Amino acid sequence: MVALTLLVMASAFPFYWAIVSSFTPESRLFQSPPLFPADLVLDHYRTLFNERNFWVPVRNSLIVAGTTTAFCVAIGGLCAYALARLEFRGKSLLLGVILAVGMFPQISVVSPLYLVLRQLRLINTYPGLILPYLTFAMPLTIWLLVGFFRQLPAELEEAAMVDGASRLRAFREVIVPLALPGLATTAILTFVYSWNEFLFALSFTLGPERQTVPVAIALFRGQYQVPWGQILAAAIVATAPVTLLVLAFQRRIVQGLTAGAVKG
Amino acid sequence: MSVSESEGLLRGADPIRGVERQEARLAWGLVLPAVGTILLVALFPLAWTVWESVHLHDLRMPWLGRPFIGAANYLEALGDPRFWGALGHTAFFAATSVGLELILGLGLALAMNRAFRGRGLVRAAILVPWAIPTVVAGLLWRFMFAGEGGIVNETLLDLGLLREPLVWFIEAETAWVPVILADVWKTTPFVALLLLAGLQNIDASLYEAARIDGAAAWGQFRHVTLPLLKPAILVALIFRTLDAFRVFDLVYALTGGGPGTSTEPIALYTFNALLQNLRFGYGSALSVIVFAITFGLALIYIRLLGAELTGSKR
Repeated sequence: MVALTLLVMASAFPFYWAIVSSFTPESRLFQSPPLFPADLVLDHYRTLFNERNFWVPVRNSLIVAGTTTAFCVAIGGLCAYALARLEFRGKSLLLGVILAVGMFPQISVVSPLYLVLRQLRLINTYPGLILPYLTFAMPLTIWLLVGFFRQLPAELEEAAMVDGASRLRAFREVIVPLALPGLATTAILTFVYSWNEFLFALSFTLGPERQTVPVAIALFRGQYQVPWGQILAAAIVATAPVTLLVLAFQRRIVQGLTAGAVKG
Repeated sequence: MSVSESEGLLRGADPIRGVERQEARLAWGLVLPAVGTILLVALFPLAWTVWESVHLHDLRMPWLGRPFIGAANYLEALGDPRFWGALGHTAFFAATSVGLELILGLGLALAMNRAFRGRGLVRAAILVPWAIPTVVAGLLWRFMFAGEGGIVNETLLDLGLLREPLVWFIEAETAWVPVILADVWKTTPFVALLLLAGLQNIDASLYEAARIDGAAAWGQFRHVTLPLLKPAILVALIFRTLDAFRVFDLVYALTGGGPGTSTEPIALYTFNALLQNLRFGYGSALSVIVFAITFGLALIYIRLLGAELTGSKR
C-alpha cells in the first residue's frame, strides 16, 4: 500500500511540478521554488495566447487529429466489421498485414511521403498531415475495433437477419448501436495518438501556420534563453485535452488497450 | 450491394454457396476502402523507400539526377561510425528502458491485482503519463533536470548526494539518465496494464492448489504466476522493444541527440540525413535498415510467442 502510494506520487509528480511551474513567474522558476507555491500568476498563459498565438497550433492539431479520427473510424469500422464477422478467403492474411503495418517504424516511410507530398504541393497543409497520419491510425483503429466487434454476441444480428434485414442493415441498426462504447473508445485512442504524433508533423510542416501542438512546443525559442514558463504553460495546454479524455474513459481505455494484446 | 443483386444470387442453383459467395463479396466491399488506404499511404511508400535506397538522390544537388548506384548507400552506412553509434545508442536505450519497465511494471501489476480501495485512482494516476505527448514528457524531464536550480539538482543537493549542481546534459553518461527515466516514467503504466490483464486471467483456484501443496508466496509466484504470465510478458516485450527501437520524440525534446551525437538514436540520425542534409538516397537506406531490424525483432518475438502458445505441452 505504501509502495503504491509512492508510485502514484512518482507518477503524478512531474505533472504536478509542471502545473505549479507554469504559474510561477519566470524570474523565480530556477530559484529553488517551494513545493507548495504561495503566489501564482497567469503571465505565461497570457503570453502564450496573446503574443505567441498558441491557438493556431491548437486549432491545427484539432483539425488534423479530428479529421484523421473521423475518417479512420468510419472506413476502418466497416473493414473491422468484415474482419470480425464475415467469412472470406485471405482474412487472416489481411489481419496480419494490418497488424504489421501498425507496428512498422514511422521513419521508414518519411522519405517517400516527403517526396510525394512535395510533388503534390501538400507540404505544410492539413491533407499533408492527415494522409501520413493514416499510416499508423488506420491499422490501430481496425485492430481495436476488430476486438470490440468480436465481443458482441453473434445471435443479435442473426436474429435481425432472420427477420429479413440485410447484413448491412443488421450492421447499421443492431451492431453499430451496441458497439458505440467500443467505437467511442477507439475514436479516443486514435485521437490521442494523432494529437501526440511528432515525427510526421515535424517533417511535413514548414512554419508556425500549420505546426501541430507538439511541434510548436518543441520548437519554442526565446530571444535570449529558453522560455521555460511558456513551454510549461503550453505543455499543460497540450496535455489537458488528452488527459481529460483518458480520465473520463479510463476503464474502457484500459480494456481497449489490453484486450487486443492479451487475446491476440 | 443492391437488393436486386442479392436476390439474384439467392436464386442461383446452390443457395448455400450463393450466400457464402455473397458474404465474401460484401466482405471485400467493406474492407476495400481501408485496405486500399493502407496500400496507398503505407505499403506503396515502403516499397518506394527501398527503391530510393539504391539510388543516389541528393536534394541539394538536383543536377546529379537520380542514378542507380546499387548497394552503395548500404555500404556507406556499414562504414559510417555515426550509423554504428546511433545503432548502439538505440540498442542500449531499448535494453535498459524495456528491462526497467518490465521489472517495475510487473511489480506494479502484482500490487494492483490485489483488490483495494482507490484502485480507480491508481489507474488514473498511472494513465496520465501514458496519455501525454512524448515531446511534452521529454520537455518536462529536461526542465526538472536543468543545471542551475532544477528540481532534481536542488533535491540531490538538499539530501547531500551532490556537492554542487550537476550539468546533466554535458556528458553522455549523465545525459542518458533523464532520457531513460523519462521513458520508464511514461511507459511503465502501459506495461503494468498489459501484465495486469494477464494476471486477471489466471484462475484463482491454481493459487489455492499451490497453497495446499505447501507453496509459499515466492513458490506460488515462481510456479504459478510467472509461467502463466509468460505470454503477457512476451507481448509487452514485443510492443515495448519495437517502440523503444524507433525512439525519436523523447530524445529530440530532451537532448537533441547531444552532447554531440552521443545520445542520437537511429531514427534521429535517419531524420537528420533526410531532412537536415537532404540526402534522400542515403537516408532511405538507413530507413530500410531500421525497418529490417524492427521486422526481424518482431519475427523472432512472434516465433517465441507462437512456440509459447502452441507448444506449451512440451
